Amino acid sequence: MFDQLDQIFVNALHWLVGFVPEVLRPLVTPLICISFILMVFPAFFSIITIFERKGIGRIQNRYGPNRVGIPFTKIRLAGFGQFLPDGLKMLTKEDIVPRAADKLVHFLAPVVMLIPVLLSYSVLPFGKNMTLADYDAGLLFFFAVGGAVEIAVFMAGWSSRNKYSLLGAMRAIAQMVSYEIPLILSAVSVVMIVGSLKLTDIIAHQNHYTFGIAHWHVFTPWGFIGFVLFFIASLAESNRTPFDLPEAESEIIAGYFTEYSGFKFALFFLGEYLGMFAIIGLGITLFLGGWTAPFSFLAWIPSWIWFFGKLTAIIFVFIWIRATLPRLRMDQLMNFAWKFMLPLALINILVAGIWHYMAADWQRWLVCGALIAGAYVLLGRGLMQNQKLGKRIYRYAE
Amino acid sequence: MTLALIITALVTVLAAATVMSLRNLVHCALAMAVAFSGVAALYLQLNAEFVGFAEILVYVGAIAILIVFAILLTRSGETPEKSVLTSGWLAGVAVSAMVFTLLGWAVLTSSALPKEIAIAPAAPVKNIGDALMSKFVLPLEIVGLVLTAAMIGAVIIALKEDKKDNSGGQP
Amino acid sequence: MTPLQVCLLVSAFLFAIGFAGAVTRRHAILVLIGIELMLNAANLNFIAFWRYGAHPEALTGIIFVLFSMALAGAEAAVGLALVIAIYRHKKTSNLDEVKELKG
Repeated sequence: MFDQLDQIFVNALHWLVGFVPEVLRPLVTPLICISFILMVFPAFFSIITIFERKGIGRIQNRYGPNRVGIPFTKIRLAGFGQFLPDGLKMLTKEDIVPRAADKLVHFLAPVVMLIPVLLSYSVLPFGKNMTLADYDAGLLFFFAVGGAVEIAVFMAGWSSRNKYSLLGAMRAIAQMVSYEIPLILSAVSVVMIVGSLKLTDIIAHQNHYTFGIAHWHVFTPWGFIGFVLFFIASLAESNRTPFDLPEAESEIIAGYFTEYSGFKFALFFLGEYLGMFAIIGLGITLFLGGWTAPFSFLAWIPSWIWFFGKLTAIIFVFIWIRATLPRLRMDQLMNFAWKFMLPLALINILVAGIWHYMAADWQRWLVCGALIAGAYVLLGRGLMQNQKLGKRIYRYAE
Repeated sequence: MTLALIITALVTVLAAATVMSLRNLVHCALAMAVAFSGVAALYLQLNAEFVGFAEILVYVGAIAILIVFAILLTRSGETPEKSVLTSGWLAGVAVSAMVFTLLGWAVLTSSALPKEIAIAPAAPVKNIGDALMSKFVLPLEIVGLVLTAAMIGAVIIALKEDKKDNSGGQP
Repeated sequence: MTPLQVCLLVSAFLFAIGFAGAVTRRHAILVLIGIELMLNAANLNFIAFWRYGAHPEALTGIIFVLFSMALAGAEAAVGLALVIAIYRHKKTSNLDEVKELKG
């Protein structure tokens, strides 16, 4: 019965495709899958925005949205109906294009932003047998289309003819380019161990159990440090706090989408969140076992529930970080990427190589763990070298 | 010959022509990104999946971004008032038209081209990796060396010069 | 026309337009873009002949294109650094204003 539940979407797809003639099947199958992705993830996005507002409200000791429920009834749902009026407001707002703006580029930027983000969903495995396009070079595809987002950011910032937009775009591109390197390098360590760029192969490599515990990559020394690096880099790639300089509202209003309103703004907002979900989904696939269960006695729970559960859990960590940490300065951001994360990612690749060639016993845990801990301490010390951290002096507050 | 191949080819050609005919440099750079995406799509049609993805990663994700950064750093993002062409542009256009005519004539009339359509070869990533690590390992190392040298060189060239050197121009 | 001829024609056009751009446009960055287009034309030829050639299992075309992409990246980095250095020195990046050998 649980197997049925596990494959419910795959079976539903086969059942639906059974209605169309044989000739059209290769065309209809991807269309159904695409419309499924287009329905599920924006719906997920709208729920997450409410969770985010309520969660941040809770952490900051206020209520957050708690009024709107189902429209025209008395049911309140603790404010979870808020996304309906939010979305309606976005869609009905006036669409303002600045007079000096480059009209065509200004119009195209949100579309160019959304297309690569949606494309990156095509390689993610959402569950067992639930991958839209299982390319041989799936990981490379993900990073390739991820790189195209930067062009959209530049188009939005440049075409608005606004100094805040341009500054925000430049900051965003510099940040994304810098953090893409540790992101890709931390994924390279996984590719070295698995020996494949295919995402389903990467999951199959993690789908084993010893003493009931899964062989997730995060449970190894190189995988753990790789996951931490990937996590920090994905925070920066999706422009989340503490790396939200590109849209630091107290400095540059809203960054590259300052001059966007109405539907186009909604597209940027959607693109940013969908990009965040996609990159977290990739992190789950690479390090947290994708749709596999952490313990063998939980393996009966359907695979897609595991995937979305892990996705939601990590998004909650993102929200928690957003509500907790202050924003970094630009030089701190760059120093952190180039002087700490990049060397650590390179050392992690070396450690992954050592892990691969050493015999599978406790010695390799010792050697790899010691190498990583040593590198972490040395790099951390090196970063703190020139900073004199004395006692904090309060000038205005007691 | 499929319809998809013709559409991709047309998009690529149109984008490439746009790159060289627009006046505003940023528009040129964006059209260039479209042209490179078109070339990547052509690679995909030719079964070279890995190369197609690498093309997007390198050209759209890195080189196009590098170029727009350079455009903004040299303050040439505005549409220029003066002519954008060199003085001898007519000769250049004539030579390139001749080159295209010659190449096109050769392609269309040559008898050396294989006539029958070969079955689609597969290029799994594993085989490419094996080839890179066994037969082509020396070129790979040299490319790594060249990239490192180019990176250091680019940083040194683009570094800010010292003020005292800047005034005289003489060492 | 066979698919191979379509690819070769596209490649010839890319080469010609890249060459035209590199020769006729005044701005240094556009010259670099033209060179990139010519490199892409060559790469397209390699892939087309790999696909329709006699020995696709040797993967020579694909490997050559990968190396050529890496070198194109290096070339773009150095070239744009040069453009920026020239701009800093002469406050222009139009190539026909940068004629003197004395700097």
